Amino acid sequence: MKTIYFDNNATSRVAPEVLEVMLPLFSELYGNPSSMHSFGGQIAQMIKKARQQVADLLGCDSSEIIFTSGGTESDNAAIKGVIEANPQKRKIVTTRVEHPAVLSTCRELETLGFTIVELGVDRQGNLDLDELKERVDANTAVVSIMYANNETGVIFPMEKIAEIVSGSGAVLHTDAVQAVGKIPLNLSKSKIDLLSLSGHKLHGPKGIGVLYIKKGTRISPFIVGGHQESGKRAGTENTAAIVGIGKACELAAKFLDDENTRVKKLRDKLEEEILKTCPDSKLNGDKKNRLPNTTNISFEFVEGEAILLMLDKFGICASSGSACTSGSLEPSHVMRAMGVPFTAAHGSIRFSLSRYNTEEEVDFLIEKLPPIINRLRQLSPFVNKK
Amino acid sequence: MWEYTDKVMDHFLNPRNVGEVENPDGTGEVGSLACGDALKLTFKLDKNGKIADVKFKTFGCASAIASSSVLTELIKGKTIAEASKVTNKEIAEYLGGLPEQKMHCSVMGREALEAAIENYQTGGSKKHQLEGKIVCTCFGVTDKEIERVIKENNLTTVEQVTNFTKAGGGCGGCKPKIQEIIDSIRGQKEKQHVQMPQKGQKLTNIQKISLIERTINEQIRPALRADGGDIELVDVEGKKVIVALRGMCAGCKTAEFTMKDVVEARLREFVCDDIVVEEQKENQ
Repeated sequence: MKTIYFDNNATSRVAPEVLEVMLPLFSELYGNPSSMHSFGGQIAQMIKKARQQVADLLGCDSSEIIFTSGGTESDNAAIKGVIEANPQKRKIVTTRVEHPAVLSTCRELETLGFTIVELGVDRQGNLDLDELKERVDANTAVVSIMYANNETGVIFPMEKIAEIVSGSGAVLHTDAVQAVGKIPLNLSKSKIDLLSLSGHKLHGPKGIGVLYIKKGTRISPFIVGGHQESGKRAGTENTAAIVGIGKACELAAKFLDDENTRVKKLRDKLEEEILKTCPDSKLNGDKKNRLPNTTNISFEFVEGEAILLMLDKFGICASSGSACTSGSLEPSHVMRAMGVPFTAAHGSIRFSLSRYNTEEEVDFLIEKLPPIINRLRQLSPFVNKK
Repeated sequence: MWEYTDKVMDHFLNPRNVGEVENPDGTGEVGSLACGDALKLTFKLDKNGKIADVKFKTFGCASAIASSSVLTELIKGKTIAEASKVTNKEIAEYLGGLPEQKMHCSVMGREALEAAIENYQTGGSKKHQLEGKIVCTCFGVTDKEIERVIKENNLTTVEQVTNFTKAGGGCGGCKPKIQEIIDSIRGQKEKQHVQMPQKGQKLTNIQKISLIERTINEQIRPALRADGGDIELVDVEGKKVIVALRGMCAGCKTAEFTMKDVVEARLREFVCDDIVVEEQKENQ
């Protein structure tokens, strides 16, 4: 059975061009980039190139790029590193809809005595910037706000946020794992201090990420034991993955237009058709202000896991904010923060596309999904009650 | 991804007995949209009092739908008395097992059955009501329900109780209360199973210590607690029992009296006639 993959916000296919540049590093090009011979030195050159490729996508200087093991490490390192470097400040400002990589890090610091402010969002998933302005003060060490939400695709106005935060003396970190490669970014003109990205969300390999650190940002090293990555993150480089993420970033820049035209059109078609054909279906999150590849739709009175397992029978991959899929008992924290009623949150499904999706795949989903929803509605004790 | 058995997938993809029985003799509705799963069970009896027709409607995940489907299969053809003996364990076993975090789906099946039987027995007049006191306010789970699931499934941890009943899975505020319920049930079980040594027998050291502990727990501590005090067993050396007084008892002027006339007297009464009690001072 063919896999039809609409779960690109979870992870994405490694681009064939990426795999191609990675393979030699697993065989003949095994040198250590720190070695004092040209066999190792050539790898150092490849890493230098990869660093430049990442910097070009972000519009920053290559010296501001630190390679990490992934988005989660970057988020942990950013928040804890700033806290450590600014011991006199005891407050962190974040939002209720962050990825657990940020939210759990903050809550861990809360148990150590830090004050955590979690900003709420409205029904559309948007922040109240006046509240941000009120809550950030001289005691705030770091403000960590995601660029785009992984569940709804809603984009936060990061440049406005950066303006507000820069006046306060706090460091601004943004988890841009979902945004990079999907929308244009330019850090050269930005007041963002720290930015996390992840390789496997933009058709690069897993196990590699980046923390962008703006020149002059006070942050402590997060792994010691070597000179690598400017002494911020020691350890022999994950050479193949670094070369891979470099290539992935180069490709992302090339396909950025495609993402915002063709992929967006596919997403819009999928969304419109589903909302039209499935009864009691609703869009979650701001329709305009979001990533071009993501849609999050609630199917009221049916449960997300059941939908996913029936889609799985056709080889269709998506994900859900229902309680049952996560093993927790409550639906997604993002849905709850937005005030999506439980009736809709349990039946929320996220479809996230990529440049590898085709119109045939979207048509296949549009054909298969409505009967699944109807079947589950027939099983549901709530449907006929209305 | 959950590891579901073929049986679960079969009953999820091809659920048996879906729908609602017309003019049912019994109707049971449990769960809610907010909780993430809900089940409506309806049945009709034949003239011999056996369940002739039974149908379900379920909002929930694959294991909730499969559990409901299996429940209808299990009770079809049974009398009310027979059906009322079906446990959540039977439902889970019939499915070849459920992931631990999904056991609450099988419990929901049994609850719906109970509600439907109760509805039948009260002539359809009575709506199912929760028994006992609410422990988990997030998911509306009562102490009676928690006790029952612990006993039927031999549960020992709060996490297991959450997996089976959802209690404690929301804000988590009721977890200490769940632990108390587990402790009290396990305590009762231990009493049932372990033959307690009796006074007058020749006691081993271990038997003696456990008898001393039991006497302190059951005979002495409640009396001290009534006055805001407490007692802790520190050590046993032959005939000598060393204890520490806590709370209001510590530093009480009549502590010496308490030691002789309450602690020592009770231990002599219940354990051994020649016991001597000594108090460990706070700073020792």
